[in-house]
Amino acid sequence: MTYTRRASPLHAARASIGAGYCAALILAVILTKQPLILGALALATTLAAIGSGVGPRVARSLLYSIPMAVLVAVVNALVARDGLTVLARFGDWGPFGQVDPTLEALCFGAVVGLQLVVVVAICALASAAVDPDEVLRSLRRFSFRSALTATLATRMVPLLALDARRIGEAQRSRVDGASRAAIMRAITANALDRSLDIAATLEVRGYGAARRPPRNGRPISRHDLAFIASALAVAALALVASARSLAPFRFYPTIAGPFGVTQYALALAFIALGLAPFAQRRGIMR
Amino acid sequence: MNVLELDGVSYSYPRAKAPALDKVSLSIGEGELVLLAGLSASGKSTLLGVASGVVPHFHGGSFEGHAEVCGLDLRDSGPARIAEHVGTLFQDPETQVVMSTVRAELAFPLENRGHDAVAVARGVEEVALALGIESLLERATAELSGGELQRAALAAALAGRPRLIVLDEPTSQLDPVAGDELLGLLRRLNEEWGTTIVLAEHRLERCLAAADRVIALDRGAVACDAPPSEFLDWAREHAPALETPGARLIASLGLEPPPAGVKAARATLRAHGLLPPPAPPSFAQPPRRRRASRGAPQQPLRFERVWHELSGGRAILAAVSFELAPGELVALLGRNGAGKSTLLRHAAGLREPTRGKVSAAGHVALLLQNPGAYFVHDRVGDELPEALLEAAGLAHLAARHPRDLSGGERQRLALAIVGGDEASVLCLDEPTRGMDRKAKADLAAHLRERAAGGAAVIVATHDPEFAASFATRAILMADGRVIADAQPAAILSGGWYFATETARILGGYAGALTAEQGLAALRAPAAAKVLR
Repeated sequence: MTYTRRASPLHAARASIGAGYCAALILAVILTKQPLILGALALATTLAAIGSGVGPRVARSLLYSIPMAVLVAVVNALVARDGLTVLARFGDWGPFGQVDPTLEALCFGAVVGLQLVVVVAICALASAAVDPDEVLRSLRRFSFRSALTATLATRMVPLLALDARRIGEAQRSRVDGASRAAIMRAITANALDRSLDIAATLEVRGYGAARRPPRNGRPISRHDLAFIASALAVAALALVASARSLAPFRFYPTIAGPFGVTQYALALAFIALGLAPFAQRRGIMR
Repeated sequence: MNVLELDGVSYSYPRAKAPALDKVSLSIGEGELVLLAGLSASGKSTLLGVASGVVPHFHGGSFEGHAEVCGLDLRDSGPARIAEHVGTLFQDPETQVVMSTVRAELAFPLENRGHDAVAVARGVEEVALALGIESLLERATAELSGGELQRAALAAALAGRPRLIVLDEPTSQLDPVAGDELLGLLRRLNEEWGTTIVLAEHRLERCLAAADRVIALDRGAVACDAPPSEFLDWAREHAPALETPGARLIASLGLEPPPAGVKAARATLRAHGLLPPPAPPSFAQPPRRRRASRGAPQQPLRFERVWHELSGGRAILAAVSFELAPGELVALLGRNGAGKSTLLRHAAGLREPTRGKVSAAGHVALLLQNPGAYFVHDRVGDELPEALLEAAGLAHLAARHPRDLSGGERQRLALAIVGGDEASVLCLDEPTRGMDRKAKADLAAHLRERAAGGAAVIVATHDPEFAASFATRAILMADGRVIADAQPAAILSGGWYFATETARILGGYAGALTAEQGLAALRAPAAAKVLR
């Protein structure tokens, strides 16, 4: 939740366009279950994060998303009743019924898990490379109260993280240990105090009487154009591929799906279209 | 024309027993620079709250009387409306920014007023240039230091060119350099832009010289409203805790008038032939005996070439070596980011050195900047066993909520919680933030008492006057290194920033740091020869 301006094409594009680019990538991920295409989108996201100078931030998101993906795969294998290739017979588990995990259910769960990992990575890319202030400003034009809530939340998260660290250090310095419940109560009380302080600052900056903010006066840059084109192309390709079943993939009753020229071409196209805006390095410092 | 007009204003916070403001009547004219003085809880912040509209509109409570801010009746206009004319800066820089980048922070108040994109861009550029923060515009607010944050917040408050700006102890969390820079900026805004400034501050000696007028509050009522010199006359008789060290020095020499600043004090001394000749600059060096020595008897605290290096970042501590003897009272000085807080965390074992060694004999108690972080219960009595509460002199407050204690009481409770009464080393990080002079004097007395009992005490502070009041040794840090380690007189009398007001008045003469030491130095037989 802490945005830092860096010299990269994605940072140089306006926030609404950067957010649109990330949304197009997410759309492409959601519309396909083809492992090759998903792999290509994962690669495009990784390279986009590196190209934006936020690779480590995006990599940290994997710490949370990969365990979730593994959980999804395992749970699906245990609860799904579809698929013909039985991997093991665990017998009758009472209320859960007959638990016979199949290869197909495991693979389906793994692919859904991969989708989850890539979507979380794209969200991490957006939070690290898209200016939240600009996004909130755009949001203020349409919904004042939602923008106020989001503004408070984005400011409170890093502030409370800092406070939690301080309170943690203070508690480590105590001679006697305080109970977890007492510490949680103290943290909650502190969070309420902090939110009041932030709300008071918003008040004295005139937020209570905020008028509709002006349109962004910045001229359209080459990066804005490149990312608009990339987002539209990625979204269009994903929709066409989905509508025309260019990358079909079936998990049940048995795994089946072509890995032919069309699929490889689609995968390469997603990578090329997704990364094309990063080729332009002029004017990336603001 | 008046920008602030109060007539019989009384105000009580919700559920408060006593009023925070009591029949206050005053008016502040356009272009004035007014200093609000008073002990803690005297009503300074509440008065500033009235000027910005957060009292009573944001805090609630009961309000009587009539208040007008820049022609707006407070009953009809809330903080958002008043913000079109008034810029506000609170005490804590961390809660003063609401956006992720400095540029967005500065644009925010202008956008709220409905300015078009061109006017917003121009306003941001102008205020950034005026305050010299144009290099910060693209920086993330989360990465700024305390001084930078406070300047960004001041710029946001000024972005709409307000007629009145109110500031609540804006320098309390800044080092002397950043604090002086901020006060210099305010002075310039007042003189060049004609902005009316109302400033609440405990360290009056820092800003009295710039003020046109001082309003002293006592228990919510106006006790004095006069120019600085007359205020000092009043303070000498009615509120000695508000008297500046310079005024105390001049008064104790039997001279008149009381000086509002260093320049006036020097002029008075010069006129009476009492100004010592300028002393040559002295730069204290770390004496060899301070360095950690192998095989020596175990001292309460010893740092041996301690490094703290961030992975992929800079070194916060660089080969720091020193040791503390029992009963020593050490002031740890340096700019924000010099490494003082990190050093104290190492002393208490909250950090591990990346190189070097920290060794302590006995318990090291650490009191961090915010004592509130130690409190986890709703009653003071639940925070500590009865015997410890008794020993800390807080038994009579057992039924109170820790947050309802005064600044000094909170410090004492937090110190007792971290085992300060039993510790062989006591580390305090910026304990005087927001404290008035009386509370500081009480704390200094407590520290001296602990040192007399054999504890080694080390206190990180930005307040040279407080350092001079308790320390027997001073350590000056910069960029993670100890750059001077000597007696306080050698460090606090030889510089511009880390110097007391008395030292600046006397130009470091005889190492005098306090008014009392200055008086003794000027009356010493040796002074007669120098001043002849």
